[in-house]
Amino acid sequence: MSSVRVLVGTRKGAFVMTSDEARARWDISGPHFAGWEIYHLKGSPADPNRLYASQSSGWFGQLIQRSNDGGKTWEPVGNKFVYEGVPGTHLWYDNTPHPWEFARVWHLEPSLTDPDTVYAGVEDAALFRSTDGGQSWHELAGLRTHPSASAWQPGAGGMCLHTILLDPSRPGRMFVAISAAGAFRSDDAGQTWQPINRGLRSEQIPNPTAEVGHCVHRIAMHRSRPGVLFMQKHWDVMRSDDGGDSWREVSGNLPTDFGFPIDVHAHEPETIYVVPIKSDSEHFVPDGKLRVYRSRSGGTEWEALTDGLPQRHCYVNVLRDAMAVDSCDPCGVYFGTTGGQVYASSDNGDSWAPIVRDLPSVVSVEVQTLS
Amino acid sequence: MIRVVLPAHLRTLARVSGEVTLAVEPPVTQGAVLDALEAAYPMLRGTIRDHVTQERRAFVRFFACGEDLSNEKPDTPLPEAVTAGAEPFLVVGAMAGGA
Repeated sequence: MSSVRVLVGTRKGAFVMTSDEARARWDISGPHFAGWEIYHLKGSPADPNRLYASQSSGWFGQLIQRSNDGGKTWEPVGNKFVYEGVPGTHLWYDNTPHPWEFARVWHLEPSLTDPDTVYAGVEDAALFRSTDGGQSWHELAGLRTHPSASAWQPGAGGMCLHTILLDPSRPGRMFVAISAAGAFRSDDAGQTWQPINRGLRSEQIPNPTAEVGHCVHRIAMHRSRPGVLFMQKHWDVMRSDDGGDSWREVSGNLPTDFGFPIDVHAHEPETIYVVPIKSDSEHFVPDGKLRVYRSRSGGTEWEALTDGLPQRHCYVNVLRDAMAVDSCDPCGVYFGTTGGQVYASSDNGDSWAPIVRDLPSVVSVEVQTLS
Repeated sequence: MIRVVLPAHLRTLARVSGEVTLAVEPPVTQGAVLDALEAAYPMLRGTIRDHVTQERRAFVRFFACGEDLSNEKPDTPLPEAVTAGAEPFLVVGAMAGGA
């Protein structure tokens, strides 16, 4: 009998929700770190009781919290994120050079094999790694010192490194995504990087097919097929079948191809989920209807999933890190909204029910399937 | 002993209630008090001052004896009443609004 643990980061604290495999009744603990922004928390695949959380506030800055007991208790660990060397500049919104300045940790990605190794994606965009359980952090500076980096510009939410994917089949291969620089791949454990944005088209930049400058919102992969990547870009849902070397659009019949999260079914590598959002100037779902869209063909052909979701007067957003799947059978799908709801489906997305309705605005959702 | 009052979030982080008391060798300056505070409570490092520059975070203020000492240099001696333990040194989260 499996159980499920859902880790929810909100604007005002973290919540941990647990259920048995039926995923019908939930125990909810929290808020942990009440009053602080929790951009992300995630468990180690190698030790599910080892969790890491990014805690921050405009007053007191960045903290990293670590749990060794599945979120029952936490301890602050290292919070010193210092860029290697002289950080240099990237472009500001007005095209002027702007010094690299650390703002916060957006995403924590624990190693697939070592509970003490964890990666942190930060704003201003850079990748850090800890190999001592979060006590100390060191930048993998090859990314930030890529020749294109001085031309990177922030998206509206800041110049954040928000996505980190570790390839389970090729140690050393990893993917990251940065708003608004694009996607990058490393094949040497983060020492050197190459942009992987061929095929992306962004009309909002001077050269729509530029090597960098694309506002990638999220990338997802299925661990059984890490060469296949799915991307929710600012506009457009994209797919790569060659590890990011090239991309093609698979937005198909979506009502709008703007959105933030994208995720892949745990057992069906061609089944993917997105939440269409009306536009980049109206960050809420179209027509007042909260609809998850599912494709069972790896994109292009999409179906709306609405059972149990509000279909009138709904104007929430679902942020890029706020969707996840469990590995139960049938697959569970989860997402959180800026309105504070966390919805769960225990049947591949066919039907939905709220785990909780009135949390602070949800920033991130992760799921652990525990045996 | 130097008395330090922390804002609620930092008391929670440091797992203390009420005032913190610190032994600080003279000269008792703002910088020396913060050094002692961070030595006693390492989890506070980076939350009041920047890790590298040691500059006060923008929305943190330092008050004592009814005065705003936030922009005093770190090596400026604190008021005698703070040094004597009669008055606390206040670390304050600025009234900065926010969401």
